[in-house]
Amino acid sequence: MLPYAMDTDLSSQDRKDLDKFIKFFALKTVQVIVQARLGEKICTRSSSSPTGSDWFNLAIKDIPEVTHEAKKALAGQLPAVGRSMCVEISLKTSEGDSMELEIWCLEMNEKCDKEIKVSYTVYNRLSLLLKSLLAITRVTPAYRLSRKQGHEYVILYRIYFGEVQLSGLGEGFQTVRVGTVGTPVGTITLSCAYRINLAFMSTRQFERTPPIMGIIIDHFVDRPYPSSSPMHPCNYRAGEDNGAVYPSVEDSQEVCTTSFSTSPPSQLSSSRLSYQPAALGVGSADMGYPVLFAGGLNAAHPHQLLGPGKEGGVPPVPSQPAHGTQADQERMCTPLDGVHYSAATPSSSEDTETVSNSSEGKSGSPHDLLETIFIRKVGAFVNKPINQVNPPDSPETESPLQGSLHSEGSSGSSTGNTHDDFVMIDFKPAFSKDDILPMDLGTFYREFQNPPQLSSLSIDIGAQSMAEDLDSLPEKLAVHEKNVKEFDAFVETLQ
Amino acid sequence: MVGPGWTRRRAPPGAAPTMNCRAEVLEVSVEGRQVEEAMLAVLHTVLLHRSTGKFHYKKEGTYSIGTVGTQDVDCDFIDFAYVRVSSEELDRALRKAVGEFKDALRSSGSDGMGQISLEFYQKKKSRWPFSDECIPWELWTIKVNVVNLANEQERQICREKVGEKLCEKIINIVEVMNRHEYLPKMPTQSEVDNVFDTSLKDVQPYLYKISYQITDSLGTSVTTTMRRLIKDTLAL
Repeated sequence: MLPYAMDTDLSSQDRKDLDKFIKFFALKTVQVIVQARLGEKICTRSSSSPTGSDWFNLAIKDIPEVTHEAKKALAGQLPAVGRSMCVEISLKTSEGDSMELEIWCLEMNEKCDKEIKVSYTVYNRLSLLLKSLLAITRVTPAYRLSRKQGHEYVILYRIYFGEVQLSGLGEGFQTVRVGTVGTPVGTITLSCAYRINLAFMSTRQFERTPPIMGIIIDHFVDRPYPSSSPMHPCNYRAGEDNGAVYPSVEDSQEVCTTSFSTSPPSQLSSSRLSYQPAALGVGSADMGYPVLFAGGLNAAHPHQLLGPGKEGGVPPVPSQPAHGTQADQERMCTPLDGVHYSAATPSSSEDTETVSNSSEGKSGSPHDLLETIFIRKVGAFVNKPINQVNPPDSPETESPLQGSLHSEGSSGSSTGNTHDDFVMIDFKPAFSKDDILPMDLGTFYREFQNPPQLSSLSIDIGAQSMAEDLDSLPEKLAVHEKNVKEFDAFVETLQ
Repeated sequence: MVGPGWTRRRAPPGAAPTMNCRAEVLEVSVEGRQVEEAMLAVLHTVLLHRSTGKFHYKKEGTYSIGTVGTQDVDCDFIDFAYVRVSSEELDRALRKAVGEFKDALRSSGSDGMGQISLEFYQKKKSRWPFSDECIPWELWTIKVNVVNLANEQERQICREKVGEKLCEKIINIVEVMNRHEYLPKMPTQSEVDNVFDTSLKDVQPYLYKISYQITDSLGTSVTTTMRRLIKDTLAL
């Protein structure tokens, strides 16, 4: 029984509908907030036909991890008087300092609107409120901070249920109200309290630090907040759960078929929303993982470059393997930073090409997308000709990884066990054909990834002293003077 | 010199075209190259709230609603980002109107003052020989003052300041939207074109029209250009 005000006027069907709306509204609210802090632009498509899985007629993708965390926090309850759902957004630097930036609160108060139609007006107003939330999440200061997250700091989120805790926001925080929706059981209010004193940030000089690996490891590490729910980075990692850790939550797969009725001149008799359990594979909780941020080529933080790429940005890099050690991860990351980015152009079209190239006609299943990730990642290590010249700093790339790669042995296809560290696969760049010419796109990629050092940067030249340079000047000048007619002719052609 | 910034004031009751029309006025001072993005940010934010998915009417007098997608837009000349409806047609229509407004502002003279209005209306069918009546129910007016800046440093400050002011304006727009004041009733199938613009293929905004006017330095309206962006006019 939910502790709502006594309302004998509300039919049981309306009550059920209302509870459902509030629950999914809470889940979608969390999705919008966390996705707005991922650090990248979000884009979803409009669809003229109702898909049946888009709550509130808005295309808001569901990140399963986020849904899972939200449901864990709610624990089967709904926001009610004195029990609010809060999403806390904070910032954590590479040095370990952290600061709360915002608290988004979904609250319920006692003010009831008995006359309002649940499955029409309340639903549409909740939809409007979500749109307002989309707009407001872009105008608080944390948005701009989240767009720049990367090497120096990351943005984390935490969901909790209960009393709102604003003390971490510092003095003089500001509040913005996103909106309210009256219902027969109370008024839903959505608001944000945000810090305005970012003095911590402005006076601090962020130095170039190595990737902050130890700080945001993942769920498997004990949390430093014993009394509260764990913090999570606002970036999604596909590798650690492999789609299996979070049970696909039954009701997120519930199809919301909205069907409204019109009544001529005088308005509406209420309509019914029908819920049908989705057929397998139809629900919204499948594959729509937004890709993570592309914070620039130098900002390679492996934890933030994860997840199957779908909408632009840097091609995905998988998380640390589930059984890998941290040392291996560190070794893994450095060469990848250089190797991976130089090979791949950050374009979403390339992602999709690779997916379609590698997936053998299957699309959209987690297995295939992870295969894609492996292909992209190991491209540099596979099928290297023995006589290829490697630049001096490349030996790191041939460390234990190469050994483990060759020992896997299979080529041409990935193994089915995606929990292994790496598998050896032929590098198949999109639209390339191996059989026609020896110099194909794949070869080009490989050579391009490991170019020989510039001769002018080699040690011999660098060792020349300034005096020697000056000595050789008169000779050079004489040569140039001899060729002055050629230079003049050239200049003439330019005019 | 007027610095960059926005103010907002509610239009006095007598200024509204009809008694039931809700009117909001925003004022802005921006640099010339910021006009387009600032206008688009405001117009898109309003239309985000005033667009639904496409209606699909079924037999028993019920209808279902399509899905509205959204996307982030980063401004180039303002430190600002906003969300708009994912509809290329709608974006094109707004860009066209804003582009014309910007050109008119530019060619009007050094003072560069004008206003652009977004009006939501309902059509009321009349008997022949009278034409259909357009009854506005919400009017957003953005008054623009174009400033000229002397150097790059001022421009950089302007970027940030206008960005901050736009944030305030988005908050104000959202506040108005969530008052849940008058909205046209959901129409029957035969009436849907009197309430919504059904010409777009992916989303369905309420019927709207955009118009603008340019004022000269004396504050009088020298050129009044009314450009109606309704489905019929675009078809001509």
